[in-house]
Amino acid sequence: MNNIAPIKENIHESISSTCFHCGENCGDVNVLLHDKRFCCQGCKMVYEILHEKDLCQYYDIDAQAGVSLRGKKRTQFAWLDDEVIQSQLIDYQEDMITKVTFFLPAIHCASCVWLLENLFKFNEGILDSKINFIKKEIYLTFDSSKVSLRDLAELLVSIGYTPEINLGDLDKSKRKKVDKKLIYQLGVAGFGFGNVMLLSFPEYLGLDEINAIGFQKIFGWINILLAIPIVFFSGKDYLKSAWLSLQQRNLNIDVPISIGILTLFGRSIFEILSGVGAGYLDSLAGLVFFLLIGKWFQQITFNHLSFERDYKSYFPVAALLQNGETTPIQNLKKGDIIIVKNKELIPADGILMQGQGSIDYSFVTGESDAVAKNKGDQIFAGGKQLGESVEIQITKTVSQSYLTQLWNDAVFSKEGLSQHNQTQLLADKVGKNFTYIILTIAFLTLFYWLTIDVVIAVNAFTSVLIIACPCAVALSIPFTFGNAIRILGKHGFYLKNTKVIEQFQQVTAVIFDKTGTLTFTKDNSIEKNNKTITFHGDELTEEEKHHVMWMVSQSTHPLSQRILGLLRGEVETEKVLPLASKDFLEIEGKGLRAVINQKVIKIGSANFTQNKANDLANVFLQIDGKTKGFFTIKNQYRKGFETILHFYKNKNAIHLLSGDNEKTRKELEPYFGKNLHYLQSPKDKLNFTKQLQSQGEQVLMFGDGLNDAGALQQSNVGVVIAEDTNNFTPACDAILDAKSFPQLPRFSKYMQGCLRLVYMAYGLAFIYNLIGLSYAVQGELSPLIAAILMPASSITIVLFGVFSGTFLAWKIGLGDENHTPD
Amino acid sequence: MKIIFLLILVSLLVAIGFLAAFFWAVKSGQYEDDYTPSIRILFDDKNEKKTK
Repeated sequence: MNNIAPIKENIHESISSTCFHCGENCGDVNVLLHDKRFCCQGCKMVYEILHEKDLCQYYDIDAQAGVSLRGKKRTQFAWLDDEVIQSQLIDYQEDMITKVTFFLPAIHCASCVWLLENLFKFNEGILDSKINFIKKEIYLTFDSSKVSLRDLAELLVSIGYTPEINLGDLDKSKRKKVDKKLIYQLGVAGFGFGNVMLLSFPEYLGLDEINAIGFQKIFGWINILLAIPIVFFSGKDYLKSAWLSLQQRNLNIDVPISIGILTLFGRSIFEILSGVGAGYLDSLAGLVFFLLIGKWFQQITFNHLSFERDYKSYFPVAALLQNGETTPIQNLKKGDIIIVKNKELIPADGILMQGQGSIDYSFVTGESDAVAKNKGDQIFAGGKQLGESVEIQITKTVSQSYLTQLWNDAVFSKEGLSQHNQTQLLADKVGKNFTYIILTIAFLTLFYWLTIDVVIAVNAFTSVLIIACPCAVALSIPFTFGNAIRILGKHGFYLKNTKVIEQFQQVTAVIFDKTGTLTFTKDNSIEKNNKTITFHGDELTEEEKHHVMWMVSQSTHPLSQRILGLLRGEVETEKVLPLASKDFLEIEGKGLRAVINQKVIKIGSANFTQNKANDLANVFLQIDGKTKGFFTIKNQYRKGFETILHFYKNKNAIHLLSGDNEKTRKELEPYFGKNLHYLQSPKDKLNFTKQLQSQGEQVLMFGDGLNDAGALQQSNVGVVIAEDTNNFTPACDAILDAKSFPQLPRFSKYMQGCLRLVYMAYGLAFIYNLIGLSYAVQGELSPLIAAILMPASSITIVLFGVFSGTFLAWKIGLGDENHTPD
Repeated sequence: MKIIFLLILVSLLVAIGFLAAFFWAVKSGQYEDDYTPSIRILFDDKNEKKTK
């Protein structure tokens, strides 16, 4: 008995310190149920729901698996009752059976999968639910006569998995469809390859000469039957691409490949039908099979990322009207009055009718400070309201609003892009020269032999076209770069496709955005030893500090949060002590005012505190009419930004485009010199990029927000820096995890090295070709030699590409994904 | 040795059978999500038996 008591106590202690549901520290909150402690009412409620449905196995799979609900508002889904929205969201419907897909960002562990796949226990209307863990999606099948879409969404909210639905989800055409064609083609080619090889054995071993049963003829016919789907189904894309390229009077790499495929096929049919020989169908099948494997290898999808997002992914689906009804935002008309709550996005341009607006336009302009708006002011779509709810009268429909108009600019359509963004790719450049050289050799051979023997002449001519087929060249890039993308992806640098690696090498000018790209915003975590925020003036007493802390803690303004972070590091308790002040006021765009212990404390702009503005001061502090001093708040630059700027400066021209004001000019002048451009609107950034390109520059752009979206699209390579890769990122060519930012020079070097490896692989392919050609021009290329030489060269290239690439990564310091030397 | 023709025919039919199976597997979506099933297999289905 004595032994049991302490153990029980231990359990109790371990339970009581963290929330049973989500594992967060409970602090001094005391929510108890069934001897279990929860950090908030929300977590307790989820537990109750699960307990009632006998689903507590949820906690056995992963302990404390829940999603913290502290401080989270319940999202409303009343607008899901709207039939138009429903029909746009639903994937499939027949009678009452309906299928729908939701994105649930909260999915994070095995328990989530278990619970969500047992969703049918909550409501009998739910027939089936499947999770895709990597994509964080749930596929629901339900009976719409028993349960509505809104019920489903609200059920998910009640157990902590809030579905995220935005305007982009309504556009079905844009939904990603998995392209299965390549997999089918690969399957057919693999099937054909294996069987054709098998049926070619009598030929390899010379069995016919011994037994003379006539294997060769029958097997030859079967081979032709097998080769037809290989050429016209599996190899269809190569033939098509070559044909298109010829029509444009251009030669890409697919032209010599198609010449090779068709010559192999034609000559083999001729040989088999006329009984001259066994043909080269084994080489043909192998060629197509290897090519398709290369294509498949370079198709890497980072499922959790999207490179194609536009403004629609940021916009809500529905808006709340003044009369309490919700409406799809596409249906908003001029004159409608909508209510926008704290932290909600304004979907359309309008005029502020009611309430105090404080609009965060960082989405649109990159300017980090919120803008104060008063009754009657014009408000643009794309801003986020901070603070109280406001009423806005719509003046333009969503499709005509400023932001949407910007997005509909020509650059965003594919046609507008094609002229600037098309850089000639290495493979096509090589393909062009290759075709000319091969055709020259082939015809020279043909003419030489024509003077001696017509049969040998045709034989040698086709042999040259067959053996020279640039299979190895076509495989080099997919395997070397495909491998590189995987390695870079492990280190937090995600490339859209293999072309981006080549485009990186051609860059001549680099543009940086400032806010969010070179700098980052921090929350109110304690800032000890931090030089980016400092206080200048009289020393504050402990009491005064607490007063200021209490005031700034009442405000959500970014500057308030930064000051709170500074002071929390300076006082002993690190906590904000509760104070009672009835006279607290936050005047948007100006500052804070409160009366504490009969003293008037004002924190805010120079104007607000009757001070003279100066360059260093961002926020003044005034107590009882006397100015105590001011806070200087500098931007926080990302770690390693100096190295990166120097790295690019040594090679290219670098520019800075910022939507912010000129405050940081002095700090950044040493790096950028005169190439500093402030107060740039999204349109200005776009135009600047265009202008550089018209001067013949290849532009690399680093950005982060929607305000850079135009420039990112226009640039030759657009890289988005993301704090959290699960968050939204504008359309781009590459996404860089902010944590990997200091590694950028290393990535750059690696990509350069990979390009060199491709050239080396070309050298290897050239040697193989030389051997093959030496047989071919003499008219002595036997099917056996072709069947050995062609796969051998392909396999060499593949192995070289993958192994040398991995070795290079290891040498540069990208070998171990957890190892990040500085 | 003529039996080889029959063997070839049978082997081709078997191979076509596997090709068809592969097509079916792709079509039914088995290649779309290759991670979640690895989690699913670990679930204990004790509770489900009780309810059924």
